[in-house]
Amino acid sequence: MSLDTATVRRVASLARLRVEERDLPRLESELNGILGWIEQLQAVDTTGVEPVAGGGAEALRLREDRVTDGGIQDDVLANAPDRAGAFFAVPKVVE
Amino acid sequence: MSYTIEGASGAWEVVIGLEVHAQVMSEAKLFSGAATEFGAEPNSQVSFVDAGFPGMLPVINGECVAQAVRTGLGLKAQVNLWSRFDRKNYFYADLPQGYQISQYQFPVIGRGEIQVELSDGSTKMIGITRLHLEQDAGKSLHDQHPSKSYIDLNRSGVALMEIVSEPDMRSPEEAGAYLTKLRQILRYLGTCDGNMEQGSLRADVNVSVRKPGEAFRTRCEVKNVNSIRFVMQAVEAEARRQIAVWEEGGEVVQETRLFDTGRGVTRSMRSKEDAHDYRYFPDPDLPPLVLQQDWVDQLKAALPELPDERRARYVGEYGLTPYDAHVLTLEKETAAFYEAVASGRDPKMAANWVTGDFFAGLNRHGEGIGESPVSAADLGALLDLIADNTLSGKLAKEVLEAMFETGKPPAAIVEERGLKQVTDTGAIEAVIDQVMDANAGKVAEYRAGKDKLFGFFVGQTMKAMQGKGNPALVNELLKKKLG
Amino acid sequence: MTAATDLTLAGARAALARRELSAVELTRAHLDAIAALNPRLNAFITVTPDQALAQAGAADAALARGDAGPLTGLPLAVKDLFCTAGTRTTAASRILGDFVPPYESTVTSQLLRDGAVFLGKANLDEFAMGSSNTSSAFGPVENPWKRQGEENTVLVPGGSSGGSAAAVAARLALGATATDTGGSIRQPAAFCGVAGIKPTYGRCSRFGIIAYASSLDQAGPVARTVEDCAILLNSMAGFDPRDSTSADLAVPDFAAACERGVKGLRIGIPREYRLDALPAEIAALWEQGMAWLQAEGATLAEISLPHTRYALPTYYIVAPAEASSNLARYDGVRFGLRKDGEDLKDLYERTRAAGFGEEVKRRILIGTYVLSAGYYDAYYVKAQQVRALIRQDFDRAWDQVDAILAPTTPTAAFGRDEKQDDPVAMYLNDVFTITANLAGLPGMSVPAGQDAKGLPLGLQILGRRFDEETVFAVGRAIERNAGFSALPALRAAA
Ligand SMILES: [Mg+2]
Ligand SMILES: [Zn+2]
Repeated sequence: MSLDTATVRRVASLARLRVEERDLPRLESELNGILGWIEQLQAVDTTGVEPVAGGGAEALRLREDRVTDGGIQDDVLANAPDRAGAFFAVPKVVE
Repeated sequence: MSYTIEGASGAWEVVIGLEVHAQVMSEAKLFSGAATEFGAEPNSQVSFVDAGFPGMLPVINGECVAQAVRTGLGLKAQVNLWSRFDRKNYFYADLPQGYQISQYQFPVIGRGEIQVELSDGSTKMIGITRLHLEQDAGKSLHDQHPSKSYIDLNRSGVALMEIVSEPDMRSPEEAGAYLTKLRQILRYLGTCDGNMEQGSLRADVNVSVRKPGEAFRTRCEVKNVNSIRFVMQAVEAEARRQIAVWEEGGEVVQETRLFDTGRGVTRSMRSKEDAHDYRYFPDPDLPPLVLQQDWVDQLKAALPELPDERRARYVGEYGLTPYDAHVLTLEKETAAFYEAVASGRDPKMAANWVTGDFFAGLNRHGEGIGESPVSAADLGALLDLIADNTLSGKLAKEVLEAMFETGKPPAAIVEERGLKQVTDTGAIEAVIDQVMDANAGKVAEYRAGKDKLFGFFVGQTMKAMQGKGNPALVNELLKKKLG
Repeated sequence: MTAATDLTLAGARAALARRELSAVELTRAHLDAIAALNPRLNAFITVTPDQALAQAGAADAALARGDAGPLTGLPLAVKDLFCTAGTRTTAASRILGDFVPPYESTVTSQLLRDGAVFLGKANLDEFAMGSSNTSSAFGPVENPWKRQGEENTVLVPGGSSGGSAAAVAARLALGATATDTGGSIRQPAAFCGVAGIKPTYGRCSRFGIIAYASSLDQAGPVARTVEDCAILLNSMAGFDPRDSTSADLAVPDFAAACERGVKGLRIGIPREYRLDALPAEIAALWEQGMAWLQAEGATLAEISLPHTRYALPTYYIVAPAEASSNLARYDGVRFGLRKDGEDLKDLYERTRAAGFGEEVKRRILIGTYVLSAGYYDAYYVKAQQVRALIRQDFDRAWDQVDAILAPTTPTAAFGRDEKQDDPVAMYLNDVFTITANLAGLPGMSVPAGQDAKGLPLGLQILGRRFDEETVFAVGRAIERNAGFSALPALRAAA
């Protein structure tokens, strides 16, 4: 599998990374270099192998249903690049 | 005859499936300890987890899991002892983590079913595909500023159950009946308050149309419809739109649409269409959700009686008509009210009073059963006054109205207004004597064989007694005196 | 008397207890060393002298009262991936802007509970993505070691915990917190001639540590001795209900485990780690390590970890996939950098393009791609299956052996200008370390020798899940035999 320019553009858009047109060829070749190297995995026979996901515990621990957090409006908003009163603000979204 | 829409090319069948998002009733959020209460100050019920701050991690709320399992059991569904949380990745202003934690591949609840009641008295089984737990997003306000949207994260991280039906519904009525029944079950279980105005219950409606006998055609999803009436309207509007597209030789494209309640039409939601690739993968912050069968069994044993079972009991044990049983079980609160009234009394009489004069009174006074000025205990006491002949049925209706107006118990009203039924034969006889004296001519006519006049004497006697005479005694004594 | 900055953590603790030295003196010595050397080494992104001196003052008071904790008065560096309440936390990225967390990571709060003094925030590869500490938005870190005769060649300290390892090696701190996702504790420890352990996944809470790849990330200490690592890990480790992957297990006395010895232990030597390209001096050091352990009563057994060669490509699917999702929250809305745009999407794209460095972007793109529709099974699921096979390899090995001995890295520290242009060549640095992350095992690097140019080389010990005690015992045996006493060219009081 190898990436073409259109795919790099689409992936960058999915990842919300602005990529300048002039940088596309370089990115395309770097990504293809990495993916080509990753390709060797296809040689491993994994028939019937259960994929593992996490690194640790076997099962979730269930938390108690109690209000123990929140009520920290100022702290939550303190780092906001743009806030309007008690809200975060972003450029208007049209639905 | 089943529901179809007549197009230029003939009859079209409508195929409907629903995805319902039901907010779980819990104190705290699914993965954080912030409160879930509705209507708080913006961003006041937000933890750093809910706001997607660096280094923050989710920890699951066990009660939310229990609520999902209860709901699954109420839907007679498969409870999966092993399930998992996945991340659904997309960027949106009110999605702080940049992904929604949801259960994509392995939901906690599998197949189930719901029996819905239709207006012609028939019932239909609608399949449930799955139920899974996921986080709600925050809220964007688009109308506060000319060029900005405002973000409130209070809802961010609140637990939702997404309940997906099979495409088993074939008419707007069936879709409405399904949602009504689902909401009823959730409320009985106490797992979701079912409040559609506050957004605790939201429906995404999948609609397609086809010629009878055909395979399914392409469907469209109408997002976030927020009342049962709108669901029914949206189904019809979307079906008609699709029929028009097909009949004009076009092709329906799979997409997400919005229902414009003002104009009664659906419209395309272009913004959400862009780059539809959610890149689901197992959330590495969350090990699998593993449930013990005996824990599930305990939840099952503690499950409240559900509407279908309760209705069957009312018919079987109480001898109510299926209609009364249906009406009384629609809302959990109504059923509880009815049972309190019926307890230790004639269940049919209790049903008649609750569904008749009591409902009428509630309606007239514009109250819900939760705010009823007449308590179940007081209505029961009123029925007792009828049973022991203190009140006639007619007087009882008057007393009930007074109870609605004042909120006082029936005994107090009877006392204050002297409405007590007269059962003293001497007092009734005295009144009858007066009536007979005043209408000597009519007495003669009656005695000469004009039997029809009996009703006249009953009426005059009751009138003179301001309706308080015991009707049976009045009848009996009149017969005796008139000979 | 030895300079305060030359003390080990254990030695400094003893000196404080004997009141030969005050915590303020000890801290001031380190702050002076930082002032002198950090402009060159760039091991710290942020130095917090006022806070450090205040904490040291409090420590002296506690010492005077006789209620000192295990770390009272000991000055440490904190990798700038750990959120520290009230102190700017950057992950060495522009995207966090001047983010000041209002909360403390569990690991650092436990260190503070035990009395530690925080000197500042150590440099790292941006978002812990790298093996050379050259991707930091705050500039690269210089390795305090020099190749003999090449005093002007700047060597990398390894990464991503390059600032932590360099600070400890140059005696700017007695120890440091670090994190290890694919080798980020062990590889810089080896490059800088210090010790470092990545404990079992789940041993240290990840709460408050900025995530790179959640299923692989694990915190651990870097220090100058095995015992110092044990002392620090005892404070850092422990169950945390705020991390769903944290292990609910008691923390053993790691420091005590160091002196257990290796008599009777079976040590595994993985056949697949004998790479053809392995430099002769690293192969020789490995042989030397085997001989030391054998001489102390351990037995050696060759083992096979057949899927080793697939560990790197597996990692470079799993880690970027998780990272692409973990880093989605840096969007310019609630904290950190924002670059305005025509609309929200444009704002996201400009903010993230300006805020992330090249390597981070590369990994986000790879991760996004391998998770995207049509490729998920071929890449991500496949990688998780190979990960399962890698774990099975180890599970089988643990039937035969109690610990595994291997080199930490395939080379000594390299020059800042070497290997930088080919990402894949750079990724090969982690070939020996990455399996422990994929399998969730504890792994430690101990300085054990030097290459021909005098650069430090490390040996790595891997253990069973939650058996750090054996790892410490073996590590201490290597350390005792190696008697590593070489000093870096750049260091305090030198
Ligand atoms: Mg859905
Ligand atoms: Zn959903």
